[in-house]
Amino acid sequence: MNKLRQLFLGASVALIATGTAQAQALTGTLARIKETGEIRVGHRDVSVPFSYLTDDGKPIGFFMDICSRVVDTIKADLKQDVKVALRPVTLSTQIPLLQNQGVDIVCGPATNTVERQKQVAFSNTLYVSSIRAVVRRDSGINKFADLNDKTVSLTAASTSINLLTKFEQEKKFETKKLTNPDHAQSFLMFSTGRAQAFVMDDILLASMVANSAKPADFKLLDEALRVEPYGLVMRKDDPQFKAAVDKTLANLVRTGEYQKLYAKWFESAIPPKNVNLNFPMTQALKSALANPNDKGIE
Amino acid sequence: MYNWNWPVLWSLTSDGATSYLGTLFLGLKWTLVVGLTAWVFALVLGAVVGVARTFQGGWLARAADAYVEVLRSIPLIVQMFLWFYVAPDLLPGAMAAAVKAWDKYNVLAAIICLALFTSARVAEQVRAGIQSIPSGQSFAARALGMETAQLYRHVLLPVGLRKILPALTNEFLNIIKNTSVAFTIAVVELMAATRSMQETTFQIFEAFTAATLIYLAVNLLVVRLMNGIERKLEVPGLSIRQAS
Repeated sequence: MNKLRQLFLGASVALIATGTAQAQALTGTLARIKETGEIRVGHRDVSVPFSYLTDDGKPIGFFMDICSRVVDTIKADLKQDVKVALRPVTLSTQIPLLQNQGVDIVCGPATNTVERQKQVAFSNTLYVSSIRAVVRRDSGINKFADLNDKTVSLTAASTSINLLTKFEQEKKFETKKLTNPDHAQSFLMFSTGRAQAFVMDDILLASMVANSAKPADFKLLDEALRVEPYGLVMRKDDPQFKAAVDKTLANLVRTGEYQKLYAKWFESAIPPKNVNLNFPMTQALKSALANPNDKGIE
Repeated sequence: MYNWNWPVLWSLTSDGATSYLGTLFLGLKWTLVVGLTAWVFALVLGAVVGVARTFQGGWLARAADAYVEVLRSIPLIVQMFLWFYVAPDLLPGAMAAAVKAWDKYNVLAAIICLALFTSARVAEQVRAGIQSIPSGQSFAARALGMETAQLYRHVLLPVGLRKILPALTNEFLNIIKNTSVAFTIAVVELMAATRSMQETTFQIFEAFTAATLIYLAVNLLVVRLMNGIERKLEVPGLSIRQAS
């Protein structure tokens, strides 16, 4: 038995060695892409401006643009044309779809956490958001502690729930929490007066406010609960594919194309309503881009 | 490929208050609160409407008819949204604001919605149960001098309700399962708790396996309970059970 294993090990080491010597043998997702000529890209439906659907059902967004650059890199590396299969994913379907090869990469906003890294891999950080609250401009609420005894709208399973709970324990105040299945519901709860605030990633709040009927009625609190790094989600233990994604990101930042794409999606009018989010790059994002890493938060 | 991690169920959530399994049981608590409360109201309402459905003509029969058709023809999730988002606005101004500001209105909306939805289905069972009784029994009761109320009280309802007990078991199981729709209006019942766990940990299969087993366990209990009730209420000769 032991001998057999040694023999097998030896054989595989030899195989890998010859592979590296030639060109580096393709493994994991890249091998499958080469074989099938197809990369499967997961997109979201309402995550403005990262990954969302236009009125005629076409997925667009900041991360979609970045993913198309990733595809370009892979085409160049494999020296062959690669077809892009776009698949809609939701928070609940993304993990099973990644596992069964239904999608290779999820081009939607996902916070990189240590806990999630047990199940999936994240690309290097390509966006940084902070958890803040949107309130009604005339509500007189200026900081989180003003929400004492008020109802707060939250999205189920978002990191903001625990962050708010912890913050409340530290600062000795208490809110009533309404957890909704998705961001659209959470915002509806808030905008229809069922909750006095909606706590979520600031950029998502900014885009919901910008796209609401009366953007002037709402404001974001300056206070933030935490800063969160976003990464693209991929299968674990697939180093070649991840390297291709990270390489693309690094190139985009180095050539200034990232900055151009950022300006396109965050500082100019975007579909569907031609609203400008007016959301300049934060210091946290700039420093994440300057020090590429895929560290998750606790 | 999938990284199975069953111990995640016992591990503490990031707020440190309880384990992930604990959050599922907290969810189960709301599933039971909503499901059982709604079931009681569904039974009472369903029995009343079902009886009205057996009347020959008259406005009561027509009203009961409309009630059943409307409630069973609109998807449950749509009814859930209507009760939660639209119904409060039909109240006078100050009341509407108070209801909307009440953070537990979603639980009440879920109970009202499930109670009415299920009552329409129960009503149909009750009607079927009563109408399946041979007309000879009604004639016999009339011959003994019974009024309509007495006829229903002493003959039709006791026999009819016993006949539909197995069908009611079905509805009971359904209402427990249907509580999962309440997660769309932010009731943190078992389904919502499961999704929440899956989101935080990305351990989707562990989360849904646990939830599946919990639903199964609860519903097996319901089945046993209903079987027990059936046996308790059994009247020899009236039962539709197979003699064994």
